[in-house]
Amino acid sequence: MQSQAEVKQVDHEVKHTQFSEFVSFSVAGQAFCLKITQIREIRRWSPVTILPHAPSDVLGVMNLRGAVIPIYDLSARFGLEQTEASERNVVIVVAVHGKQVGLLAESVSEIISINPEEIQDTPQVDSRNTMEYIQGIISHNESMVRIINLDAVITAPEQVLL
Amino acid sequence: MSGSIQDTFFEECEDLLEAMDEGLTAIEGGEHDQEVVNAIFRAVHSIKGGAGAFGLDELVGFAHKFETVFDELRSGKLEFDTALIQLLLRSSDHLADLVANARDGGTTDQAHHDVLIEALAKYIPEEEEDLTFEPMGLSGAFAPEPIMDDSEKTFEIRFHPLKEMYGTGNEPFFLFQALSELGELSVRLDDSELPGFDTIDAEESYLAWNLTLITKDSQDSIEAVFEFVEGLCELTISSDADPAEEADALAALNAAFGTDAEPTADAGQPDPFEQPAPAKEAEVSAPVEEKASLPKTETAKTEQRGPKPTLRVDLERVDRLINAVGELIINHSMLAQQIANLDAGDVRDVETELEGFKNLARDIQEGVMSIRAQPVKPLFQRMARIVREASSATGKTAKLVTEGEATEVDKTVIERLSDPLTHILRNAVDHGIEKPEGREEAGKDKAGEIRLSASHRSGSVCIEIRDDGAGVNRPRVKQIAIDKGLIPENAELTDSEIDNLLFLPGFSTAKEVSNLSGRGVGMDVVKNAVTGLGGRINISSTPGKGSTFTIILPLTLAVMDGMVVSVADQTMVVPITSIVETMRGSDEMINNLGADGTLLSIRGNFVPICDVAGALGLRQCHDQPPGVYLLVETETGQRSALAVDDIFDQRQVVIKSLDGVCGNIPGVAAATILGDGKIAMILDPESIIAASPSAAAFDTERRISNAIAS
Repeated sequence: MQSQAEVKQVDHEVKHTQFSEFVSFSVAGQAFCLKITQIREIRRWSPVTILPHAPSDVLGVMNLRGAVIPIYDLSARFGLEQTEASERNVVIVVAVHGKQVGLLAESVSEIISINPEEIQDTPQVDSRNTMEYIQGIISHNESMVRIINLDAVITAPEQVLL
Repeated sequence: MSGSIQDTFFEECEDLLEAMDEGLTAIEGGEHDQEVVNAIFRAVHSIKGGAGAFGLDELVGFAHKFETVFDELRSGKLEFDTALIQLLLRSSDHLADLVANARDGGTTDQAHHDVLIEALAKYIPEEEEDLTFEPMGLSGAFAPEPIMDDSEKTFEIRFHPLKEMYGTGNEPFFLFQALSELGELSVRLDDSELPGFDTIDAEESYLAWNLTLITKDSQDSIEAVFEFVEGLCELTISSDADPAEEADALAALNAAFGTDAEPTADAGQPDPFEQPAPAKEAEVSAPVEEKASLPKTETAKTEQRGPKPTLRVDLERVDRLINAVGELIINHSMLAQQIANLDAGDVRDVETELEGFKNLARDIQEGVMSIRAQPVKPLFQRMARIVREASSATGKTAKLVTEGEATEVDKTVIERLSDPLTHILRNAVDHGIEKPEGREEAGKDKAGEIRLSASHRSGSVCIEIRDDGAGVNRPRVKQIAIDKGLIPENAELTDSEIDNLLFLPGFSTAKEVSNLSGRGVGMDVVKNAVTGLGGRINISSTPGKGSTFTIILPLTLAVMDGMVVSVADQTMVVPITSIVETMRGSDEMINNLGADGTLLSIRGNFVPICDVAGALGLRQCHDQPPGVYLLVETETGQRSALAVDDIFDQRQVVIKSLDGVCGNIPGVAAATILGDGKIAMILDPESIIAASPSAAAFDTERRISNAIAS
């Protein structure tokens, strides 16, 4: 709830300041981005502790300064192939629903400033997941960057996993 | 502001009610000591005083009646007998209810309230009953109603605070402000006691005030102002205006009531509650002091009522500290590991220092943990009430005997034990203890006995509830389980398995649904609560002799001793408490049973093997025979051998809850952070065995849940 309010607030700000900053990264070869305000930190991938009986998109848990946080494979979450995690990959730690979770991405690309007017609605496609997870798309350097709807990707804590 | 004072009042009430219960229990046990009666009187009086300040009239009224009876007992005008003790016990329960209602805004059972008031009134002599009650009176319950007239009087007040008064945060200014609201006040400071600068003790109280108040109000209203500093100051109030009439009238009243209340509350009065004496004296009824001294006294009789200073601390702060200490210990392990991996020549000095660091960290940890530890006594005292209510509701006689009340347990454990204990005790009275006639037939004492004991047992806390009732009616339990479809009709169960059927969800043995138990929420709730605390519960029963519930709980919820093992390349931790034995296996120890069952032979005994990796879904094939077996015992006494790849170390681990990180994972209790910073799962052997297909056949619960599913 909180972050939703946050997002709205940010949207509001966007209209006035015109530009807001996004961090773009690649997942399974596709370009995605998240608002910079949603990201807490970006870490290099290191092997995680496996959670028994976890779905395939939950890689396990990681120690973030004494806190146990779950790590999701974004690619598997989006229904793409599972990422073979390696040292080259990154974990993007985001705050959502008042909790911190880690998202595995292939690599972080850059920080881009976007005029909210440039954001286009997600075109109608068949995949329900895609519609839910993607908030909108933008064109950047003549390629498409997908804006992730974090609230939809990471469900509220009580629904996480089971 | 007033809200927080009210909170403090309710907090104090908790302590006072506890002291009252303690005293009543002593009296019930035949200890009619004057000191015990005094202690109860003080407790009730303090509750009344505080309640009066907050305008909780119902509470005040009841406390007054209750207190009056105790005053009669105190002065020897009334003798204890069984009926009276029962009434007092009921009344104390009701008082606790009234306090709870005042705090949480519940409604009072008016009929019950009236019945008790009436019953109490029977013990109170007529003439005192006629008096109007003045809740704020310093002069106690029987002060004659002050004569109210409209003429203004002049009171001379000498007020000399003791240093303890400042220690409790009272401020003379506010008292004077309150006085000035009563009438015309003039204040003169008396600094005659003030020593020179070279000899002054900054913490001592040297100042006194002489106050002159011209007011229409009675002396009681003045005393009311000083109610909260009662015992923390030297106070004399004298009225010198309009002396003749009033003195006459008072004298007449005094003669009529035989009380010795005088206009001046001087220090010579016999009643310890009416004299504003220095705080050092043990018998002062200042609420602040009682708060400090009462909860700590072992029994009112044996221990000196000396104030033992305590500190109320926000639990959150303690928890933060505990977390930080946990991190410190993890940090130490990480550091130790880093140094061990270091390619430096001589690190012995560093290692020695590191060892010292480790010991210090452990000391701090133990210290912090002990802050959270609390004796189970208050919990047990509450349980006495449960038994009382349950027995009166069922028409049975049962009494609760408690043992090991000083056993200290983590505060959270105490809080969360309350419900399961209540449930077990109600069940014990409702189902366990027989009716008085039945007991006599069986050659037992008419009154049933329920024994509630707590003890420390090798790193865990053991709580036992033993009743001397009829024991579990096994044929009936089994029949009910079959009727409800919980077990198949042809199930062959051992006695202990039948006993443990009671813990199945939706099991209720009561023939008819009674008020007390049998509302469908059965012992499974109890079991869940206990396992939620990382504990185990077990029942054993002998027909005709009674049943015993044993609850084994970890000492603390934050740290535990664990065996570090490896399972399918993952490091995991198994709680030491559940491990009976560890052994390295060899091929000849493994015996196949049927298609998928494997048994481990240990000194001639065969124990089912449970492959941990398989149960956790980490590895399916059984190609490599696991190397080490951990012999564990489930709460039903069933043994299993957990197969793991290797075993490393035994160490204390800090428990990190997985709540909110992910849902409930079968086989995993929590997580911890190891020395290398990696997270390791803490396994729950009980549920691993339940989840393991090969061991399932040996586990009652699994068999039963299979039956439900089919």
